Amino acid sequence: MNRQSSLLLQVHDLDVRFRLDRKSEPFRAVKGISFDVPEHSTVALVGESGSGKSVSAMSILGLLPENAIVGPQSRILYGGRDLLRTPQAELQAIRGKDISVIFQEPMTSLNPVFTVGEQIAEVLRQHMGMGIRQAQARVAELLNEVGIPNPQLRVHSYPHEMSGGQQQRVMIAMAIACEPKLLIADEPTTALDVTIQKQILDLIANLQQRRHMSVLFITHDLGVVGDIADRVVVMQDGEIREQGPVEAIFEQPKHPYTKALLACRPRLDRRPRRLPVIDDFLRGDGQLHLEERHRGTSAADEIILEVRNLDKTFFLKEGLFGKRAIPAVKGVSFRLPKGKTLGLVGESGLGKTTVGLTVMRLHEATGGEVLFEGRNLLALSEKEMMAYRRRIQIIFQNPYASLNPRFTVGQILLEPMRIHGIGADDRERIDMVMQLLRRVGLAEASFYKYPHEFSGGQRQRIAIARCLTMKPDVLICDESVSALDVSVQAQVLNLLQDLQDEYGLSYIFISHDLAVVKYISDRVMVMNEGTVIEMADSDDIYRQPRKEYTRRLLASIPKGLERAKELEK
Amino acid sequence: MSAILSNPPAAARRESPGLWALAWRRLRHDRVGMVSLVIVAFFLLLMVASYAGLIASDWNREVGVSYANPSFMAGAQNLEAQAIEQRKAAAKAPPVDLSDVDPLAPRYKEWAERAAKIAVHETKRAETLPFGGDKWGRDVLKKTIKGSEVSIFVGLASAFLATIIGTLLGAMAGYWGGKVNDFLEWFYNIFTSIPYILLILAFAAVATSTGKFGKGIVPIVLVLSLTGWTGIYRLIRAEYIKHSNREYVKAAQAIGASNASRMFHHILPNVSHVALVQLSQYSVGFIKAEVILSFLGFGVPVDMVSWGTMLAEAQNELVIGKWWQLVAAGASMAVLVTAFSLLTDSLRDALDPKLK
Repeated sequence: MNRQSSLLLQVHDLDVRFRLDRKSEPFRAVKGISFDVPEHSTVALVGESGSGKSVSAMSILGLLPENAIVGPQSRILYGGRDLLRTPQAELQAIRGKDISVIFQEPMTSLNPVFTVGEQIAEVLRQHMGMGIRQAQARVAELLNEVGIPNPQLRVHSYPHEMSGGQQQRVMIAMAIACEPKLLIADEPTTALDVTIQKQILDLIANLQQRRHMSVLFITHDLGVVGDIADRVVVMQDGEIREQGPVEAIFEQPKHPYTKALLACRPRLDRRPRRLPVIDDFLRGDGQLHLEERHRGTSAADEIILEVRNLDKTFFLKEGLFGKRAIPAVKGVSFRLPKGKTLGLVGESGLGKTTVGLTVMRLHEATGGEVLFEGRNLLALSEKEMMAYRRRIQIIFQNPYASLNPRFTVGQILLEPMRIHGIGADDRERIDMVMQLLRRVGLAEASFYKYPHEFSGGQRQRIAIARCLTMKPDVLICDESVSALDVSVQAQVLNLLQDLQDEYGLSYIFISHDLAVVKYISDRVMVMNEGTVIEMADSDDIYRQPRKEYTRRLLASIPKGLERAKELEK
Repeated sequence: MSAILSNPPAAARRESPGLWALAWRRLRHDRVGMVSLVIVAFFLLLMVASYAGLIASDWNREVGVSYANPSFMAGAQNLEAQAIEQRKAAAKAPPVDLSDVDPLAPRYKEWAERAAKIAVHETKRAETLPFGGDKWGRDVLKKTIKGSEVSIFVGLASAFLATIIGTLLGAMAGYWGGKVNDFLEWFYNIFTSIPYILLILAFAAVATSTGKFGKGIVPIVLVLSLTGWTGIYRLIRAEYIKHSNREYVKAAQAIGASNASRMFHHILPNVSHVALVQLSQYSVGFIKAEVILSFLGFGVPVDMVSWGTMLAEAQNELVIGKWWQLVAAGASMAVLVTAFSLLTDSLRDALDPKLK
């Protein structure tokens, strides 16, 4: 009975369906799940996209969209009340005061026309009944508590004057303003850089301890969980696969899905020939390719692409005639050996993507040289460039945006062949497309389908196939796996690796995820503020980083998985 | 594309429904949309049939008495027709005998005999017509049908032309940006700074007086489309700005697709639903604009009929209580415009279900 009383929130047999249209059966997003949130603890709800984790959290808050149907047997007990059957007016009082929430995107969650001080003060006045003076004093204290420097001054800042990490801190300040008993954090660090992510995680863990509150932490990344959670609930397809204390989940995962999630994320300490994928575990035949792959470059490597002192400056219009120069890339030089992978890491907005686009002349460079087989691509005319266009290709980050939604997959794949006159006629091209589709692991029937009918991982395969139609020599992967779920990410990484082995492709692999870069790259280049900080073979750079910035990046990688590995030993 | 799909490879081919097929599917489930589509289709059919001369080709014949009553109110008094009858009767009364002073008097008899030899059939004019008659006794129903030809055709043709102009300019400004955009924006701003109705009247005056733009309805179509492209220009420009930075366009550039191909092959299908909804909205606006122009006397020439000229005639008739011409033209326009507007809404929902 004692245990019973220490439970803050009980979710019992939660079942949520969505009515999509009049004709079809409602879509069942959450299939009768039960879990508890004890007092003073952090529970992590882990799952990939479509697992129903966010829907579960929204049901607790009573924020489900109108077309949601909650099953009659479902209960969400909080303080002796069933939140699912509490009238909206009373929920309003609980929401924000007893239970508060932080969302993924701090920029869209804050109102841009009010100062952050006003926004936090409003919460205080509404729920705590404070006066203006009192609320303002409290706001400064709160900002101080979440680690914003100069809180007295920052109270008067507008959201756009703060960085993403600071905005998320403001959101957290707002969430803890009324001293909630339960804080729901819905992917609070997904939109942030690794170094910031680390700080925010520390802050949440810290506040949880200090305030004696509970946290329901929703994430797709098991790695993050290891750092902060006490209990872990693993969800897949609207069902709970496994739940238990964090040690048990990491040490002795029972369900194959949990095992797969733990295994398919690349690690800093290992580099198997192929990453294990979920199917390996679910089938259970355990044919894992765990032998190590050697990475690195040597002076004897043939260089396929050399970039010398690349500069790119953007000009912002200012006033009627004025211009302001914003340098994005400053004097970047590197060499890409044939058949190898050059990793490009750094935080967002610091010039990684610009390097990729400028090398391909999707942006015009302001200075420098790009030598491809000895010819400077930047000096070529548009016509001469056409011959080289085909040979350097790019795979973008967002597979949902990089495929034209009005084209069938067939059209998407045939177009580059037609432009470059590959294949004698359409019949031959179709044969080639079919082969490629099979090669990247898609059914031939995909030829007639539209991109929206595919999942994120499948779309990225289509994007890869589009590049392969032109038989490129260099492939630039611009955050190509960042938007994918970990399990899908492993599959796409394996595919990229296979293609490199098969066709001898050279990759420039741009990512903010150091573990992924370490896994796939032979050589790693660290960028900050448009310049190259450090460049070395990947094993060396991770073993002995020479620069302070690199060290900071490495330190901010979530330790959850490392911990799992240590426990394995 | 069709060339490829006609020789399918070995794999089982089941083509997925594209945007338009899906939109049509959604539209079919929309009851309001389907009803308005039927109404609009009915009017279009009417227009085509009238153009082909199948119906209402004899709208110009004076078949009834002046201001003939509609058949559903046959008994009503028709003072105008009576007045004309009386005048005619008065004209037939024997003239005052002037034979004493008229030197031609002896010949009258001979002439009368000659005239009698020529057969004169005086057709009896109808007292009532299905929906009444106008001043000259023309059938209002036929006039309305014939009038739909001009009104709808002018509306649709100018909407098409305006959409094409607006889309082309908008695509250029949005895609190229920079100098092209600046120039077009200046042009647009100057254009829109002139009051709209004034612009139309000025264009119409030039077009009708110089006659350089042809005759009949061509000047009106030109006037409406040349003044009406501005709204769609802005919308399409905004869409192009949004889309030209999308990754799929960057990807197209990376595979070497030309600017023209990116503008029209890649982006245009993605913004075409905006253009289509605008086209539909513009048709409604231009049908109304034609009516206003004709009402003001800048519209179609007098030997043609449109709903606007009918309304202009009705202005004088209302004073003497002849309301049917006004109702016929007004109601047809109201029904068509309402159906068209509802169809536009349904189209938008069907093409962009997220906006709903």
